[in-house]
Amino acid sequence: MKEELETANRPDNTAFTQQRLPAWQPMLSAGIVIPGFVLIGLAFIGIGVALFIASQNITVLEKDYTGVEITSDCYKCSNPSDKNCTCKLDFSLSNLFEGPVFFYYGLSNYFQSQRSYGVSKDDYQLSGDLDYFKTPISACSPYQYDANQNPIVPCGSLANSMFNDTFKLYQIVNGTKKLVPFDGKGIAWWTDYNIKYRNPSVTPLKNAFNGTVKPPFWSKPAYELDTSDPSNNGFVNQDFLVWMRRAALPDFRKLYRRITEGDYASGLPAGNYSLEIGYNYPVLSFGGRKKVVFSNVSWMGGKNQFLGIAYLVVGSLCVVMSTVMLIVYAKFKFPEDD
Amino acid sequence: MLRRRLNRLFGRDERKVDSRTIYVGHRPCPTTEALIPPKFCDNRIVSSKYTVWNFLPKNLFEQFRRIANFYFLIIFLVQVIVDTPTSPVTSGLPLFFVITVTAIKQGYEDWLRHKADNEVNKYLVTVLEDGRRARKESEKIKVGDVVEVVEDETFPCDLILLQSSREDETCFVTTASLDGESNHKTHYTVPDTEKNLESLSATIECEQPQPDLYKFVGRMHIYRNDQEPAVRSLGPENLLLKGATLKNTQKIYGVAVYSGMETKMALNYQGKSQKRSAVEKSINAFLLVYLCILVSKALVCTTLKYVWQSRPGQDEPWYNQKTQKEKDTNLYLKMFTDFLSFMVLFNFIIPVSMYVTVEMQKFLGSFFISWDKDFFDPEIQEGALVNTSDLNEELGQVEYVFTDKTGTLTQNNMEFIECCIDGFQYKYADSGTELDGFCVTDGPVSMLQQKAGREKEELFLRALCLCHTVQVKEATGQGDGVGDGVENQVDGVMGLDGEMIHPADLRGFIASSPDEVALVKGAMKYGFKFLGMESKNMRVMNRNNDVETYELLHVLNFDPVRRRMSVIVRTKSGDTMLFCKGADSSIFPRVRQEEVDRIRMHVERNATEGYRTLCVAYKLLSSEEYDQADTGLREAKLALQDREEKLMAVYNQVETGMSLIGATAVEDRLQEEAAETMEALQGAGMKVWVLTGDKMETAKSTCYACRLFQRSTELLELTVRTLVDPERKREERLHELLLDYHKRAVQDAPPIKAGVTRSWSSANQDYGFIIDGATLSLVLNSSPDSNSSCYKSLFLQICQNCTTVLCCRMAPLQKAQIVKMVKNSKGSPITLSIGDGANDVSMILEAHVGIGIKGREGRQAVRNSDYAIPKLKHLKKLLLGHGHLYYVRIAHLVQYFFYKNLCFILPQFLYQFFCGYSQQPLYDAAYLTMYNICFTSMPILANSLLEQHICMEVLMDNAALYRDVAKNAMLRWGPFLYWTLLGVYQGLLFFFGVRFLFSNPALQDNGQVFGNWSYGTIVFTVLVFTVTLKLAMDTRHWTWINHFVIWGSLAFYMFFSFFWGGIIWPFLRQQRLYFVFANMLSSVSAWLIIILLILLSLLPEILLLVLRKPRGPHSRQKKPVVQSGEGETQSPRSSARPLLMRTFSDESNTIL
Repeated sequence: MKEELETANRPDNTAFTQQRLPAWQPMLSAGIVIPGFVLIGLAFIGIGVALFIASQNITVLEKDYTGVEITSDCYKCSNPSDKNCTCKLDFSLSNLFEGPVFFYYGLSNYFQSQRSYGVSKDDYQLSGDLDYFKTPISACSPYQYDANQNPIVPCGSLANSMFNDTFKLYQIVNGTKKLVPFDGKGIAWWTDYNIKYRNPSVTPLKNAFNGTVKPPFWSKPAYELDTSDPSNNGFVNQDFLVWMRRAALPDFRKLYRRITEGDYASGLPAGNYSLEIGYNYPVLSFGGRKKVVFSNVSWMGGKNQFLGIAYLVVGSLCVVMSTVMLIVYAKFKFPEDD
Repeated sequence: MLRRRLNRLFGRDERKVDSRTIYVGHRPCPTTEALIPPKFCDNRIVSSKYTVWNFLPKNLFEQFRRIANFYFLIIFLVQVIVDTPTSPVTSGLPLFFVITVTAIKQGYEDWLRHKADNEVNKYLVTVLEDGRRARKESEKIKVGDVVEVVEDETFPCDLILLQSSREDETCFVTTASLDGESNHKTHYTVPDTEKNLESLSATIECEQPQPDLYKFVGRMHIYRNDQEPAVRSLGPENLLLKGATLKNTQKIYGVAVYSGMETKMALNYQGKSQKRSAVEKSINAFLLVYLCILVSKALVCTTLKYVWQSRPGQDEPWYNQKTQKEKDTNLYLKMFTDFLSFMVLFNFIIPVSMYVTVEMQKFLGSFFISWDKDFFDPEIQEGALVNTSDLNEELGQVEYVFTDKTGTLTQNNMEFIECCIDGFQYKYADSGTELDGFCVTDGPVSMLQQKAGREKEELFLRALCLCHTVQVKEATGQGDGVGDGVENQVDGVMGLDGEMIHPADLRGFIASSPDEVALVKGAMKYGFKFLGMESKNMRVMNRNNDVETYELLHVLNFDPVRRRMSVIVRTKSGDTMLFCKGADSSIFPRVRQEEVDRIRMHVERNATEGYRTLCVAYKLLSSEEYDQADTGLREAKLALQDREEKLMAVYNQVETGMSLIGATAVEDRLQEEAAETMEALQGAGMKVWVLTGDKMETAKSTCYACRLFQRSTELLELTVRTLVDPERKREERLHELLLDYHKRAVQDAPPIKAGVTRSWSSANQDYGFIIDGATLSLVLNSSPDSNSSCYKSLFLQICQNCTTVLCCRMAPLQKAQIVKMVKNSKGSPITLSIGDGANDVSMILEAHVGIGIKGREGRQAVRNSDYAIPKLKHLKKLLLGHGHLYYVRIAHLVQYFFYKNLCFILPQFLYQFFCGYSQQPLYDAAYLTMYNICFTSMPILANSLLEQHICMEVLMDNAALYRDVAKNAMLRWGPFLYWTLLGVYQGLLFFFGVRFLFSNPALQDNGQVFGNWSYGTIVFTVLVFTVTLKLAMDTRHWTWINHFVIWGSLAFYMFFSFFWGGIIWPFLRQQRLYFVFANMLSSVSAWLIIILLILLSLLPEILLLVLRKPRGPHSRQKKPVVQSGEGETQSPRSSARPLLMRTFSDESNTIL
């Protein structure tokens, strides 16, 4: 009986309860850190060089077409009351612009990241739920209902403010304009147009929109965004989807078209080009700018010098620090063991 | 608490009356005109806090009184009311969780209390009602009821003992559950009450309830038919306390005098005041800083928002029109709600989870103390006990240790060592060269090898056998062990028998003080055996095996003021004798001076050798003297007012003119490893104060034995002895001495460098300070006209500059006073009190950390302590090992928590500059909620439970390491600033690193662009990895659990992100993160920036770690070697030398 008592009271003699679990006690000693730093530094420098070269090889052509300067052709369109204005932007390429070429539009001082703006949409509506066609969520306000209390589909500021400038690119070949074919597919995330956003399963699509009105800023309703291709129409229109993915920063660019077809699959050959712009989107009222960007991409994405330089700096920092450490240690003597 | 306060409020009227009158059996008494049934409270004990009805509101109210909970409630309400960026769920869910868990825990505890209350309240007791015995629930007992209690039952309320089944009108009681004393105490019936309780007509007049367990004054009026009412005095010996247990008595009858919450037990029940640790104070300070950061962030954002909006075109761009409601809102109201929204957005900087994690760390961490098998004591079959887990880290911060002497530094295991009879010293020789075992070892030089007369010897031994309150444990109580013990005891050879089996066994005798047992046993060694009491007759067997009986007439009880006790006995031959034993200081003035001189030398030498000495004196009382004393005592005992004082006066009157027979020396051995422990504590920079009720010489020698005083220590003495100066007043002398000591210890001492880096080994003169109770009260409570506060601060300054302070002759309350004084002194040092007896409770409760030793003096200290350990030697591991580790752990936990939330929220703050100050969250709501709950909580919890930055053995061997963390070193503003800067650096890095990457958001090789949620997810991924790897870098002790939780939470983060982004969640209004994480991982640039930022944010840490390195390993490895070398040279001296040899050489010289 006494022994029983003893076992009941005596603390368990396990490694855990006695805080004696076998443990690895790493010591960052100079013997590990200095070679480690050298290795990391060298690897970073390697990556940095690769990134830098990749970024250097990317060609970017950026053109502002807001029309602030009088010299710009688009100056005439900068008056917001002027509807359906078109302007031209001419440029010439001295070398081949290697393909595939991606065509972006860019906006600056445009706060897509504002909270009230960002929440002003109805994801249920956009996933094709007809219930929300009749009663969009209140977050869409002031673009929830129009003045006649008709529901707006797609509702909300985000959809309403969709970018609606149109672009046509011509190559001037011997004085004649040759249309460069644009590919409007594959510019949005695959999951967006296949899963996240859906049209209501009503054919024709137009009927689903009965009793609703288009967003006031839009020139045409959602079911007419791309009448040529039903899989690119309505809510799964890729221009629409690109717009709906909010940019993180107030100066942003969004993918508009890819140039992958015909004679231009391998890039834009040297020559003169003319970009015909359907100037609809007002930005001057809030001090914004509009631009177009032609760019090709590498394995690291678009052109970005920052990453390569950062890698080079950090890599060389590591190497420098390991030398400093080596000197410090040589001075203070290496610890005898480990 | 509230109840008590209310009681106090309403009870004021009642209290005006000094006494209460109780009608025994509710029968009216002839003299009183009419029975007005007085109203007393019922016998219900309520220790529970809640009822079913008030639980919810009351508990919620109490929980939200905590400032943190209230803060989170406010945040939650703001989220509900105001349009805020995050849904109320993000803060409501964690808050709800915390509140619920706490409520369940408190509810469960209260349910247990209810159950315990019910068990007591519904217990069936027998009550005499109109001559019938009725069974009643305990809670229905009313004051005045006559209650029957049978053996081994506890008393249901405070009773006056009326009748006992024992013939000698006594009963035995053990108060183990009240004060922890397990010995049987004898209580007496009220003398001369009628045998027939039915017809007993009496009233009891007694004082109003008061909490002192050992004080009771009352008077009983017994009315007999037409006679003058007889008056009997009632004292504590007549009062049976609720909670005590009846022993060795078949049954008793008693009348209830105090019931329910007015019983002494209930009045003594006090919820311990909650102690808060210093770390908590640091947390609160840091919290305030973070609150300021939070508010200023919100203010900055709100201001900038309106500045920004005032620029043309920014307030309401065409693409982001305001709703009608927004336009209508008042500008200032809008500003205010914006401010609140920012507060909500940034409120994650002060996370709920920190409180939960800290609580969990403390709760779980405390198990390691109770689990530690090094604390297990095979003797008592128990390990350490943790009564509160709030103070774990405080164990690593102790600056002052206040220790009791008896039972703490010493074992309180008394052994009779030697005695001195008539100036001749006798020492018991084991071999027994002489027949009677007596052997003279020493004596006055001139009379060496002489012995006192046989008559004197026998008188002395008889005195030892008679002058005590020891009981012989009755045979009926003995069912175990020695089978034939019953017979032996009756035969009177129990002592011999017991000695053969276990020389040190105390089983045969029960006494409240171990000294008495030691003395009785000592007498037994010399041939005089105390056989026990037989109805007021004490039986003693002398050397010739004849039984002598003495009639015990009076016991003049021991009390700490008189410091002596006496018995008056009548011998067979009719002589009346008074035997008295007590401290030398209280006996010497009462005996003839020529006797004193012969014995004083021995007493003093014994005292310096660390023995407890008692002097024995006797006096033959003539019959007139006896009659005078007898009436005096009886009168005093009957007094209702000032009984104590009257008794004292009679005692003092009787105990005069005695003749000194001899003195005894009893050794109280040092606890195991007491000296080593004390040395380690001092080595760790703690100052040890010994607070004892013992006399100065004994305490001083104990201090030498424990190496608290060293040979080189200069002692500064401030005692009654040093204050004696015939020419001047005591106060003047005190003033002079204080100034002198202050000059020596404070002013002349080289200034101590502030902070932790004190050079301990320097050749500074060590000072020891000695003060006694009387002088202390002079210092603390000196008359207001003299500069008392000046004394106090002088005293405190001297004490703080001494390595050891010895305070002797302390009353329990004075102990607490001293602790309080040090606690409230400049710099508010952390104090620890350690003790084992009821007299240490006050200082245990007063100190920051109270440690109880599971010793011999009962359990009261243990129950009131924060931690209880079986032996003093365990204190070393508790403080140097566990305490140090807990402090480092919790300090790291707190710093890390603030750090990780700062670099969590800083990018979100910075993002406001890029989203038009619109309170756009950078991270998804799921990430915001889960960051502290799931992704980063487990690694830090595991780390704060398992981390051993230096392993336990090294910490124990190397006491000086304790100073590294002294004075809250890891939670001061310096380290806090470091962690904060680290958090700011990393937060900036995370945000701007990704910001520059996003200058071209086309990050995929298919030219597609990333949006704001990808931005946030990249930052968040870097964040989670960085803070987890930062923790991994801080971890010095990687067990499999650390590996599991660190890599596990990273894996969980990856898994969760895939899962969260992989499904269209039907309950979400916005599918923000759909495939964001997967897309991020498909981008090489995102990978590269994540790796780069993680490395870059950890780089400074790695550098610091490595550059700090050259000194690190050296100090860590060298120190133990040096220390153990010192230890080897010192330890043999300290452990091998017996206590006797370790006395102060100067003093032993003076004696020889």
